[in-house]
Amino acid sequence: MRVLTIATALLFAYASAAQAFCGFYVATTDQKLTNRASRVVLVHQDGHSIVTMASDVHGDAKQFALVIPVPTVIKRDQVRIVEPQVVEHLAEYTKPRLVQYFDPDPCPARDYGGLKMVSRMAPPNPAAAMAAPMNRVRIEAAFSVDEYDIKVLAAADSNGLIDWLNRNGYRMPQDAAPVIGSYIKQHMHFFVAKVNLEHMQNNPSGFLRPIRVAYDTDKFMLPIRLGTVNADGPQDMIVLALTETGRVDVTNYRTVRMPSGVNVPEYIAEKFGSFYDTVFDRQVKQAGGSAVFLEYAWPIGGGMQLCDPCSSMPMDQQELVALGADWPSQPNMWGQPMSRGFVTRLHVRYDRAHFPEDLQFQETPDAQSFQARFVIQVASKRRTMLTCAAGRAYRDALHLRWRAENATLAQLTGWDPADIRTAMVAYWNRTREN
Amino acid sequence: MAALGGLLAVGITQFGLEASVAQLCVTGAAALATQAFATKAFPTKAGAWRRGGWAIDWRSPVISSLSLTLLLRTHDPLIWAGSGALAIGSKFAIRVRGKHLFNPACCAIVTLLLGTHAVWVSPGQWGALAWDAAALGLAAMLVLSRAGRVDMAGFFLLAWGGLLAARCVWLGDPWAIPLHQMQSGALLVFAFFMITDPRSTPDSRAGRLVFAVAVAVLAHMLQFGWQIRQGLYFALMTVAFFTPLLDAVLPARRFIWAPRLLEV
Repeated sequence: MRVLTIATALLFAYASAAQAFCGFYVATTDQKLTNRASRVVLVHQDGHSIVTMASDVHGDAKQFALVIPVPTVIKRDQVRIVEPQVVEHLAEYTKPRLVQYFDPDPCPARDYGGLKMVSRMAPPNPAAAMAAPMNRVRIEAAFSVDEYDIKVLAAADSNGLIDWLNRNGYRMPQDAAPVIGSYIKQHMHFFVAKVNLEHMQNNPSGFLRPIRVAYDTDKFMLPIRLGTVNADGPQDMIVLALTETGRVDVTNYRTVRMPSGVNVPEYIAEKFGSFYDTVFDRQVKQAGGSAVFLEYAWPIGGGMQLCDPCSSMPMDQQELVALGADWPSQPNMWGQPMSRGFVTRLHVRYDRAHFPEDLQFQETPDAQSFQARFVIQVASKRRTMLTCAAGRAYRDALHLRWRAENATLAQLTGWDPADIRTAMVAYWNRTREN
Repeated sequence: MAALGGLLAVGITQFGLEASVAQLCVTGAAALATQAFATKAFPTKAGAWRRGGWAIDWRSPVISSLSLTLLLRTHDPLIWAGSGALAIGSKFAIRVRGKHLFNPACCAIVTLLLGTHAVWVSPGQWGALAWDAAALGLAAMLVLSRAGRVDMAGFFLLAWGGLLAARCVWLGDPWAIPLHQMQSGALLVFAFFMITDPRSTPDSRAGRLVFAVAVAVLAHMLQFGWQIRQGLYFALMTVAFFTPLLDAVLPARRFIWAPRLLEV
């Protein structure tokens, strides 16, 4: 069977909205901020970490506040603002994808086929709100970076810090005391940020851009514990790790690869977002709720094959540098400078019961590519199918294929095979050539 | 060994481990070949040149290969073979007073981690095993009780668990954290199949206690202080240097595998 084209691209929304950002969004008032899925870009190498946090906050940005434990004091020049498109691009580039291959007309009379790009965007899920329920406090640094007012705090005890936060308009629940106490004993500092109201007046879009923090630390980890305090339910986070050479692995939870390369019925093209959400939900349940999922792992530098298929344009060097992935380029076989880098996309749905510990990472030397990729084999829709022997054989093969696709889909999603069959038939009737 | 094989089977089927039967075969073949060659080159009591043919002790290579397949990750089949050969080779090459110094599998893991940029260990690959782990642990105990080294796993797990618990109390963390840390599959493989190696641990029980506690303390420091994720293996290798000293200070009868030879 000839593969005619590859088409791709999709977007999906995450079924359960994240409420806390890396576990640390807090609202300054009772106003609810909604936040679909936090995205964190993590660059780590040789005791140096650069973390970019992007959120998709819906609500009054003035109410936004952020509390993150960090291993060192952060100075003004260690904080930068990253344009949201950069993080968005990286997320687009690495997201799970749907590819389509087209069957040729079994009884060709005229030229048919051709490239078709499919772009599917799932409707955003109504995101759950952040009810984030989040003295001796020393302000080690205080500065503003564009729309953010930032302070770096050191505290001797958790209650003092919680009091300070609450007095200064960060809502931090008393339940967070043990977690904060634990971070204090591990010599962590607290990076807290609020929106600079003056700056926001000049910024009518009210959009908050990703904030990037760099620090020297051996700790290759993400603090998620604060965000699980008082959370209503599990939260989603996408970790986009940029490393020089290899895949990033979680060392204290299981890292599971998402299904990939499986054939699903054609009609999934129309609902890829909700399909992927269902598959993800099911994977989370099958893993007992305590695994981290690998969705993408691929060299990101100027190699030969940057993606297959590409769901968006590859990241350019400036974008990678903006995120902190700034490795010296090496000449390729033609002597042209070639940038290096490897991106790993991990998707985690976490709550306190299943993720008691912060996420710990390691970079492995594994540079093999992986992507969560689902395949649609588009059947020939020609009415003339039964006019030739090859066409009749094709139809029989098609029936077998559909049965297999139905079984795969049922197994991936838990949907009833009878319902899937109904949907497949309906789609066939609707899309068949008149 | 059955427990280790079972763990591998469970791992491949239930956890989609990247470990493969191919890796086991390649590692195992290399380990057995090295054992055969080395037995021929350096005859010892355990495996001797006999009756014109030769006989090798197959258990140590098989156990080492299973451990390596469970823990060591790489895509390169040459390194699979290399790991088996390194493991068994180290037994013959690095000996002190007629006893090999390092656990073969651990030696291969540490050498490859430090010496190449092609292997890794995924401590999280097993997730939290909980009850399956307990069952396997028990199975392993039965195996080890025959080898007379089950105490080692106990000493080590108690010391390691004690340190985690102490850390938890000090930080004011919930107990869920040390419990989660104790359920690591990689930890159990280490405790039951690596540190318990009867040939590379001190001969006396007191020596083994000191050894196990030292490994736990050092590994804890490496893991939490220096953020070295493979702290366990580095700690075992480091403490192994002191085995001859422990044997000298606390002498006891040496463990010898009951001869069970494979006639080839």
